[in-house]
Amino acid sequence: MGRLFQRMPWITRLGLMLVVLFALAALFGPFVAPYPEAATVGDVWQPIGTEGFLFGTDTLGRDMLSRLLYGAQRSIGLALIITVISFTVGAICGFLAAIAGGWVDQLASRIVDVFMSFPALILALLVLSVMGSSLPVLVLTLAFIDGTRVFRLARAVAVDLNVLEFVEAARLRGEGQWWIARKEILPNALPMLLAEFGVRFCFSFLLISALSFLGLGIQPPAADWGGMVKDNAQALAFGLPAPLLPAGCIALLTISVNLVVDFMLDQAARRSRRG
Amino acid sequence: MPDLAWLIGKRLLFGVLTLFAVSVLVFAGTELLPGDLAQVILGQSATPETVAAIRAKLNLGDPALVRYWRWLSGILTGDLGNSLASGRPITTVLMPRLGATLFLAATAAVIAVPLAIILGLLSALWRDRTFDKSASAATLAAISMPEFFIGYLLVYVFAVQLGWFPAISRISPSAGFGQKLWAIALPAMTLTLVTTGHMMRMTRAAIVQVLSAPYVEMSELKGTPRKAIIFSHALPNAIGPIANVVVLNLAFLVVGVILVEVVFVYPGMGQLMVDAVAKRDIPLIQACAIVFAITYVVLNMLADIVSILANPRLRHPR
Amino acid sequence: MLLEIKDLRIDGSDLDGKTVEIVKGVSLSVDRGQVLGLIGESGAGKSTIGLAALGYVRPGCRFTGGSVRLDGQDVVNAPLDLLLQIRGRKVAYVAQSAAASFNPAHRLIDQICEVHQRHGLGPRADAEKRTVELFRKLGLPAPENFGQRYPHQVSGGQLQRAMTVMALIAKPDLVVFDEPTTALDVTTQIEVLAAMRAAIREEGAAALYVTHDLAVVAQVADKILVLRHGNAVELGDTRQVLEAPREEYTRALVSVRKSESNERGAHAKAPVLEVQSIDAAYGQQKVLFDVSLLVEHAATVAVVGESGSGKSTLARVITGLLPPSKGRIRFQGEDLSPALAGRTKEHRRRLQLIYQMPDVAVNPRHTVLEIIGRPLTFYAGLRGADVRRKVEELLARIELPAHFADRFPGELSGGQKQRVCIARALAAEPELIICDEVTSALDPLVADEILKLLLKLQDEQGVSYLFITHDLATVKAIAHEVVVMQRGRVVDSGRKEEVMAPPFHDYTGKLLRSVPEMRTDWLDEVLAGRV
Repeated sequence: MGRLFQRMPWITRLGLMLVVLFALAALFGPFVAPYPEAATVGDVWQPIGTEGFLFGTDTLGRDMLSRLLYGAQRSIGLALIITVISFTVGAICGFLAAIAGGWVDQLASRIVDVFMSFPALILALLVLSVMGSSLPVLVLTLAFIDGTRVFRLARAVAVDLNVLEFVEAARLRGEGQWWIARKEILPNALPMLLAEFGVRFCFSFLLISALSFLGLGIQPPAADWGGMVKDNAQALAFGLPAPLLPAGCIALLTISVNLVVDFMLDQAARRSRRG
Repeated sequence: MPDLAWLIGKRLLFGVLTLFAVSVLVFAGTELLPGDLAQVILGQSATPETVAAIRAKLNLGDPALVRYWRWLSGILTGDLGNSLASGRPITTVLMPRLGATLFLAATAAVIAVPLAIILGLLSALWRDRTFDKSASAATLAAISMPEFFIGYLLVYVFAVQLGWFPAISRISPSAGFGQKLWAIALPAMTLTLVTTGHMMRMTRAAIVQVLSAPYVEMSELKGTPRKAIIFSHALPNAIGPIANVVVLNLAFLVVGVILVEVVFVYPGMGQLMVDAVAKRDIPLIQACAIVFAITYVVLNMLADIVSILANPRLRHPR
Repeated sequence: MLLEIKDLRIDGSDLDGKTVEIVKGVSLSVDRGQVLGLIGESGAGKSTIGLAALGYVRPGCRFTGGSVRLDGQDVVNAPLDLLLQIRGRKVAYVAQSAAASFNPAHRLIDQICEVHQRHGLGPRADAEKRTVELFRKLGLPAPENFGQRYPHQVSGGQLQRAMTVMALIAKPDLVVFDEPTTALDVTTQIEVLAAMRAAIREEGAAALYVTHDLAVVAQVADKILVLRHGNAVELGDTRQVLEAPREEYTRALVSVRKSESNERGAHAKAPVLEVQSIDAAYGQQKVLFDVSLLVEHAATVAVVGESGSGKSTLARVITGLLPPSKGRIRFQGEDLSPALAGRTKEHRRRLQLIYQMPDVAVNPRHTVLEIIGRPLTFYAGLRGADVRRKVEELLARIELPAHFADRFPGELSGGQKQRVCIARALAAEPELIICDEVTSALDPLVADEILKLLLKLQDEQGVSYLFITHDLATVKAIAHEVVVMQRGRVVDSGRKEEVMAPPFHDYTGKLLRSVPEMRTDWLDEVLAGRV
């Protein structure tokens, strides 16, 4: 691990440090926030740097910093939960489809193809418009959309590995499918899957932020970054950059994660070239 | 060696099947989810009378299959039904909005496509040099950022601080072409930034792959000058992948338009759909979803067909 | 002196980006009309030197010292526009993979005439005329129209000849051949080799012929330079190098596979494997037709054939990976289930397989201990310290030190990986090992050691081998019985002494005659024998 850090270019290290910083904010944000999440504590739209309000106040006079910290936990936490669900289900299904092969694989792949031929945001809008935007609906919908993408990648990686001769050797020996998936395929798929975890996290994080921005995600008065952009959009008209704060947080986190992912993909490509 | 026509035919057939599956998805996604649709639409304000009225309006008493068939044949004949909120025919509501969205998307595409191809080409040719590395970092940032961040950032800089362009893209029907372009300058720029990032990275990858092919080294060893290698050896093989990249990104662009329209309150399809979702105007939501989905599926299909057509091994069978 | 290379040094980078010296001060010279063979194993730097003659290094490599002079002109420090004039015109290149080196988007004639036109050698009509002439000289079919085809529309052997045409079109003084026949089947190789040799002789061009196959280079080269790890080992006339090599390493290369022959000890003639009238197909495509063979206890049966003969499919059928559509397989007197799923653990244990590519045959994320230890745990139920003790014992048998148990495959050489694969098969204590081209991915000397190891293990354990190979030299060295396959059928079989001695079956004879022998006049004799 230390050697890996040594090999990183400075920009990847920066990305990694920012990711850690955001993770800390998500973990401890609510404990260190100076004000409660939804309390009106000052005048409306105080600019950045106002006495007592480091990042100013929002459209209802709530403390921006506090809401950003609470929002970190909610936005990042939700995206993480979604990714973990979609990853567990998607990767296991993808591996099993690849190892099983035959009609099981064909059927599962065609179904996933159909869902993937549909733009994610539209699909989410469709379901949320009817089901309403409750937390479980939001999580399950996004996990499903995300899961189809994980399935496709996990399957592709496993199909590639499955034809390699060391897997065939295990099969000839008489090893069970589960053993092959766990011992032969998983260790070799791990670098790709780790990188994919980052990609999928960004995907669901951006999607959930977009939905909140459209008013269909996390519902007020709970703070989340996408919703905060929407709430404060009007401030721009008065020359205040208030919506840029939460939007910038979203951008910075996704960029940081992608920087780390890029590095990991590069490492995985190097490793696979070495054979 | 599979026949070219056969391959394209197969892809077309698969496209049609996908469209069909997508239509089922749109219908099932809105009308077959658990709960009474009429109740959902009316929410807390529902009275038995209004619920009954909505049920009658949407023919919710009919079996699902019948409703689906009625809806599908309506789409095929250009009749999308009536909006629940305004009561007007959806076609008349939707058409001008679709036109506006296409205008915005096309403007963005006209800038983004050549820009992305040129930058991608330069990045590939100057691989691992400073230009390539900084372009790579810049595009990574561009593709990571949400559309609304780029959008509001542009508003803050160009509309609020500098006052060059309007922050809100309203277009009056009587406006001239120049005025319209001025009005959509910022949303078009936002879309350009987002799609150029993707397109450029993919273009670069496609060209790098062609340039590392053994036949490029061979032409170098034949004494072919670099310019000729690029134009007569690399490009004919890269055109297929690049065209594929372009069409694929047009599909992204059409979907990415939704958030951008909301940021700039631009009267297009995306805004229409988001408003319809807020009002739970189910027939209108279905119509918007299916139009977006068709565009997306058809563009993806085109991208595949382009790359089939561009493959010399398929164009000149044995 | 046409080409003169002095103390050439070239650096490259490995996959971790570390700089390594690929060529470590090599000198050589080629006179007009002379053919110099560059021979060496993988990593010898021979291709890098070949490309240096064109003033070219692959991306990631760079010249660090010495000089390359072509006709007196320094090509290492020459400006690019001068190099462009030289490349293709004075010195041309023929690559190993013709399929990848022709541009798929253009017709052959356009790619060939491009050289002529880029160098301003006259009107296109002249170029086309000369191309057709060269097509004819290289024995390509319908020379007038051959150039109208696209690269993917012609066979590998034809494409390799077309590339020679492309190299010769501008009448270069020097042609660099980089393993031009390595990817071809033996019977195709001999045709291409003869055509290329005739063409460069007629054109009076000098050549640098890069290859790992000493017998091939013996047919075309006047002089041979032996390379190893980027250093020159020995330079001499072809005849001298072959008949009286001065250096130990050259002697090893020359005598490779000449020595051994597998004498069969006294043994009971109990059949281990009987394959009876097997048919097999991939989907609709039938690949095996009525194939039968028999392997006796402690014997080695070699299955030989060119690509497309179905020999590897046969291995898949016997292992159960591809159930046959007809026929049956008996193993030690019992019926083997056609599909893998129906086979007992005991059957699987007794029948082991070793693969061609050791790189992909072992899991890169497992240590040698895990790789060899798994069959011990799986079949014999060994655990913990017992596994390690047994693995170290097996490592000793395959002549690797005990501490290799904790290494990962990435830390082993190709030959060492193949040894580990052998140990993994031995760990199951099998009756029969199927060896699928086990030496063809290895350098000749390493391959030789692997064959010796396999022979030793057979002596010690009385295990039987089914040896799938395209290489007749391997067959001669290791087989007791030979089965010759062509297009999915067994065309010839019997004891090695009978199959590989006259009178030959037609196809067996053709195969045997096509294998280059390590003497300079072999090709002439074969060609003369045809008339």
